[in-house]
Amino acid sequence: MLRDAALVAGKDLRIEMRSRVALNQVGPFAIAVLLLFGLALGPDRAVLAPASAGLFWVAVLLSTILAVQRSYAIESADAARDGLRLSGLDPAGIFLGKAGAIAAELLVLEAGLTVGVALLYGAHLNGALVLIASCAAGTLGLAAVGTLYGVVASGLRTRETLLPLLFLPVVAPVLLAATKAWNEALAGTPGRAGSWLEILAVFAVLYISIGTVASGSLLEDG
Amino acid sequence: MSARHVISRPGSARTRALPVPRPPLLGALGLLALTGVVATAWLGLFVTPPDEFMGNLVRLLYVHPPMAWVAFLAFGVASLASLLYLWPRTRTEYFDRLAGASAEVGVVFTGLTLVSGSIWGRPTWGAWWVWDPLLTTTALLFVLYLGYLALRRVPGDFEVRARRSAVGALIAFVDVPIVYFSVEWWRSLHQAPTVLNPTTRKTYVHGSMAWTLLLGFVSFTLVYAWLTAHRYRLAKLQDLEDTEGLDRALSERRAEGDAR
Repeated sequence: MLRDAALVAGKDLRIEMRSRVALNQVGPFAIAVLLLFGLALGPDRAVLAPASAGLFWVAVLLSTILAVQRSYAIESADAARDGLRLSGLDPAGIFLGKAGAIAAELLVLEAGLTVGVALLYGAHLNGALVLIASCAAGTLGLAAVGTLYGVVASGLRTRETLLPLLFLPVVAPVLLAATKAWNEALAGTPGRAGSWLEILAVFAVLYISIGTVASGSLLEDG
Repeated sequence: MSARHVISRPGSARTRALPVPRPPLLGALGLLALTGVVATAWLGLFVTPPDEFMGNLVRLLYVHPPMAWVAFLAFGVASLASLLYLWPRTRTEYFDRLAGASAEVGVVFTGLTLVSGSIWGRPTWGAWWVWDPLLTTTALLFVLYLGYLALRRVPGDFEVRARRSAVGALIAFVDVPIVYFSVEWWRSLHQAPTVLNPTTRKTYVHGSMAWTLLLGFVSFTLVYAWLTAHRYRLAKLQDLEDTEGLDRALSERRAEGDAR
C-alpha cells in the first residue's frame, strides 16, 4: 500500500515538476489573495498583523481547492483515471499517494505564504516549531479531505462548483484550530497551542483513515 | 429528461395508478402530526402563561427546541442509513433513499431552528447572531448538508450515486463533533440548555408549559416521520420514472405507430 502511495505521489509530483501548473497558477493565486486581504482590511499594520494567522489559513484553504482540482484534472485527461484503476494499484495507496502529493505541494506553498504574511502584514514569526507543526498537521487534514472529496466529485459535470461547497464547511475546524495555534505562536505563547494541535492531529488521522477505507469503493466505479 | 415530459402528459400516466401505493397509515400520521402542531401552537400562544423573566418570548421555547431536536434526529437517521448502505451486508436501496429523505427534512428543520433561534436571540442577547458553539455548529451543519443534498442531486447510475452520497454523508457526519468541540474551545458563552440541565438534573419548566413543550417534541417528531415517509415515496417514484420512463415512452410511441 505504501509503495503504491509512493508511486502515485511520485507520478503526481513529477507531472507537477514538468508542467509547473501549481507553481505558475496556484502560487500566484495565493499571493493575489494575500494582497486582496490587505486591500480589504486597509494598510494599517495594527489591524493586519493580528489577523495574519486567519488570513494565511483562508488563503491556504482556497489554494487547496485549486490544488485538488488540478490533481484530478490530471487524471481526467486521456482517460488516465481508467489507467489508474486498471493498474492494479491498491486504492488506499492511490488515495494516500494523491493526498501526499497535494500535501507536499501545499507545504511548499505555505512556506511561501509565511514569507508573504511576514512581509505584507508585518507578522512576527515567533514559535517556529508550533508554526511548522500546525502547518504539517493541518495540511495533512486538508489534503485528506480534499482528496476524498476530489474522488467523490471527480467525473461529475458540476465538480467545479460542487467541490468548494463540499470541502469548505468540512475543513472549518482546521481553519479554526490552525488559526488559533498560529495566533498563539505569533503572540509568543506557543505553549498554549497544544490543544489546537491536538484537534488538527485528530482531524488529520480521522480523515486519512476514512479515505484509506472508503477510497476502494469510490475508485472502483466513479 | 424527455421521458419525464412524456410521463407527466395528461392522459398517459395520470390516468394510470401509481406503481408505488401510498402506505395506509400515512394519511392518519399526517393528520395526527398536524393536530399536534396546531395544539402546540394553541397551547403555546393562548393557554400557557408568559414567563416570569422572559415574558412572551418564552413561547418560542415550545417550537425552537423541538425543531432543533428533529434536525439532529434527521441527520442522525441519515448518517445511520448511509453507514448501513456502505456496510455490504445491509446494502439496499432502502437505506440510500432513507438517508436522502431524512437529510432533506433535516435541512429544512435546521433552517427553521436557525431562524427561530435568531428571533429568540435578538431580544435575549441583543443580536441576531452570536458566535457560540451550538449556533455555529448548527449553521455549519446547515451548509454541510446542503452540500450533501447537492451531491445527491448530481445525476448518475443509481448504485454509483448512492455510494458516493453515502461516503459524502459519512464525511459530513464525522465532522460534526470536531466542529462542535473546536468551536466550543474557541468561544463559549452559550447558556446550557435549560430544560434538562446536566449539572443540576432539575427540570426548570413547570406545569402547562412542560406539557406544551412535550407536545411540541412529540408532534414535531411526528411531522418528521410524516415528511420523511412522503419524501421517501417520492424518491422511489422518481427512481421508477428514471428506469421505466424510457420503456414506457417507447412502447407508447410504438402503440401510436401501430394505430396509424
